[in-house]
Amino acid sequence: MREMVKMVIVLTILSSFSGGLLAAIRSGTRDRIEYQQLKFVKGPAIRSILEGCSNDPIVDRFKMPDGEAERSFFVGVFDGQPSTLAFETYGKGFGGDIGLMVAVNVENDDIVGVGVTTHSETPGVGSRAKTEPSFAAQFKGQPLLEAYKVKPDGGQVDALSGATVTSRGVAAAVTQAGQVYKRLKPELAVKLESFSK
Amino acid sequence: MAKSITQEFVKGLWEEIPPFRLVLGLCPVLAVTKTVENGIGMGMATTFVLLCSNILVSSLRNVIPPKVRIACFIIIIASFVTVVELLMQAFTYPLFLKLGIFIPLIVVNCIVLGRSEAFASKNGVLASAADGLGIGVGFTMALASLGALREIFGSGTLTIWETPIALFGPAFKPFTFMVEAPGAFVCLGLMLCVMNFIGKK
Repeated sequence: MREMVKMVIVLTILSSFSGGLLAAIRSGTRDRIEYQQLKFVKGPAIRSILEGCSNDPIVDRFKMPDGEAERSFFVGVFDGQPSTLAFETYGKGFGGDIGLMVAVNVENDDIVGVGVTTHSETPGVGSRAKTEPSFAAQFKGQPLLEAYKVKPDGGQVDALSGATVTSRGVAAAVTQAGQVYKRLKPELAVKLESFSK
Repeated sequence: MAKSITQEFVKGLWEEIPPFRLVLGLCPVLAVTKTVENGIGMGMATTFVLLCSNILVSSLRNVIPPKVRIACFIIIIASFVTVVELLMQAFTYPLFLKLGIFIPLIVVNCIVLGRSEAFASKNGVLASAADGLGIGVGFTMALASLGALREIFGSGTLTIWETPIALFGPAFKPFTFMVEAPGAFVCLGLMLCVMNFIGKK
């Protein structure tokens, strides 16, 4: 009987001690881990679409509730003005969701650039949405608040040959970004106002 | 048990070098040694876990009831593995992405549990620390040498600090077989063969 009690006590103490240790380390490293994940997973796309900005968009990020979900926004400073916002939306691709980072100029609501962050498209076919610069470039300078469709669906986006489904997913993600932007625009403007001060 | 601390340390480097002599812990050995860097990273993570869990197990060896010792060892080992995982995510994220699932799998690596059970639960703290460090360094050396061999022949480069250095001229056609799974087995087999050959003399 005494041995039983001892077993329970030793295991309990050991488990609670290890739980405490892990919780401490977890809370100590959480911010850094989040930063690292953003830097290496979404960083390349953010850097390429916000090319030439004078700040680090990953450091200057903020979160904003959007309905039930919460979205992260990355601020790009150009010519001393926080004029550009980048955020991520998703579109349905051929092999799953395509993550798309969309940057918008808040002064005239034009798209500054788009870049694929994560995808599971067919290598060499759908994956060209990420690797072929000319595909993403066609969105540059277009108004964000429009609905985008690929040409086979009667829209204006040149689809990647052989990867219509992927292109459709990217177009849907851009369209969705427009809707998100429209919804949150007043709040985002307030946020950016306080950012520049 | 009359071995000195140095002997405990040195035996892990050659006499009992885990993957080659004991043929233990082969899962990470075969899976992550595509490049030298992966091998060294994996080895260092394992070394940290081995060292810490050996020290803690041996200092608690008189408290832990024999009937639940395995459960206690697993709690200790799993805690340190999670620590390593969090630290790697925070400081060496690209390496963490490459090693992926093999970091959490250190928990079930039989080298770590084996050292706790066979050595640390029967010996003093200092000897256990030396044993853990020795086995860990030996494991790292084994992974690094296997990784180097596979990378040199398989892709013609050596990766140090995330920058692959090309070793051969442009005419070199990589022997891709070596960086794929069957190449790992063949390479390990050849290294075992060399180790046994040297050991016999």
